[in-house]
Amino acid sequence: MTRQTENPKTVLPKRTIDLIKNFALHVLGACRDLVPIVLVIVIFQLLVLRRPFPQVFNVVVGLFMVVLGLALFVLGLEIGLFPIGETMAEAFALKGSLFWLLLFGFGLGFSTTVAEPALIAITEEAAEVAAGGGVIAADEATMADYALGLRLTVAVSVGVAIVVGLIRILKGWPVHYLIIGGYIGVVIMTAFAPPEIVGIAYDSGGVTTSTVTVPLVTALGVGLASAIRGRNPLIDGFGLIAFASLLPLIFVMAYGMMMFN
Amino acid sequence: MELLTNFIRTLSLTVIDVLPVAALLVFFQLAVLRRPIPNWKRIALGFGFVLLGLTFFLDGLESALFPIGRIMARQLSSPEFVLGAAATPAGAAWYAYIWVYVFGALVGFATTVAEPALIAVSFKAQEVSRGGLNQWGLRLAVAAGVAIGIAVGTFRIVTGTPLYLYIIAGYVVVVIQTLFAPREIIPLAYDSGGVTTSTVTVPLVAALGLGLSETVPGSNPALDGFGLIAFASVFPIMTVMGYAQLARLLAKRKLRASKEK
Repeated sequence: MTRQTENPKTVLPKRTIDLIKNFALHVLGACRDLVPIVLVIVIFQLLVLRRPFPQVFNVVVGLFMVVLGLALFVLGLEIGLFPIGETMAEAFALKGSLFWLLLFGFGLGFSTTVAEPALIAITEEAAEVAAGGGVIAADEATMADYALGLRLTVAVSVGVAIVVGLIRILKGWPVHYLIIGGYIGVVIMTAFAPPEIVGIAYDSGGVTTSTVTVPLVTALGVGLASAIRGRNPLIDGFGLIAFASLLPLIFVMAYGMMMFN
Repeated sequence: MELLTNFIRTLSLTVIDVLPVAALLVFFQLAVLRRPIPNWKRIALGFGFVLLGLTFFLDGLESALFPIGRIMARQLSSPEFVLGAAATPAGAAWYAYIWVYVFGALVGFATTVAEPALIAVSFKAQEVSRGGLNQWGLRLAVAAGVAIGIAVGTFRIVTGTPLYLYIIAGYVVVVIQTLFAPREIIPLAYDSGGVTTSTVTVPLVAALGLGLSETVPGSNPALDGFGLIAFASVFPIMTVMGYAQLARLLAKRKLRASKEK
């Protein structure tokens, strides 16, 4: 014991040991998370396809990588994404500047969405649907313009959604009034929006929230609600993602109505 | 070698995806909040873990699960599997597709359990509620919601009924449930609608939707292939609120039973 304390190089610092312990726990957790997928695939392969697995080696290596990746991701959340989101939320609350907080929220929503690969894919597909339906000209420049416009619309809408969500946390408004009001708006707009845009609009709400955005935005909301007296982190802290999946629907349908009329 | 080049490509894509967010965080921390990032080495390490973890995760999915998943989606929606015939006869009854609904639900459930964004949110929810909300209960409730959503969504594609009718009916149920659900669960339930559909679920579910609408006579893949993601976002809201209502009911019953003793 005494020798170890004398020579700190041979023994790892306690924090590092904790980190490794946590990592081992997360590896176990990741294995458990993958059990259902593996079960479904094995059952399907054996009962329906009735064929041996193709490329067993690739599958085993791939599964190993998925487990490792999930465990690393969760560990990174714990020591990186969650702490930075919460400390920044606290710092903004202390600074007391509404303008900078909202600008930060808008930037966070916009910057994480505009480059999202799933969004790029869906807007390109939407341009093809619109050109096929004859609502926009079928040349490449028009389609690219349309797809880019759609992408910017969604990114702006996510930024605005975070801003609205942050104002809600500050004011302590119940989330359901705003969300239900929003959905009533969606229903009314669906009745008037061109059918070519409706399917895309409904899916665009689902693709905006990426794996890196969600933890950061959640930490921002929870951190802010914890830092403000009289706010409950569970009731007021969550809900930002709900806005980020609602507003794109409204914005995209509005974009469709403007473009097609 | 191919494994390595794939890995590097995925890593660079993930870095490009995360770079704007990291730049935003650093800019606001240093220029607006004007304070050094506390524990910045640890947080940078966390970001590194998240990047590396996501890369491993996506690459592993791509080499192990997505190929089989796509085969599954194709098989499930092929006429030979559904009807035992080489081509789909016109007017096949909706119940001929029963295995499509069952496997669609299973795939939705299994992929949601492994969805990293959902892991992040439920992790935070358990922490914030100081264990009052069980991480696993929440995740299983969301996964059940996605499963039901996919089953209903594939049924819609088969029957060719309009998307908005289902979604609007879904929102009506959500509104009614909101009136009765425990207050603490509402923001979380609304959030869970947005986090279900990202890295793992979207590619497989989209493949299933597109494949199915190619098989079903009279449906248009460009229009009907969309929309499954919307189903996967609405139904979890219901199941999460339902889960909380059930938990409260059971707790009340337990309380009453213990009082009677």
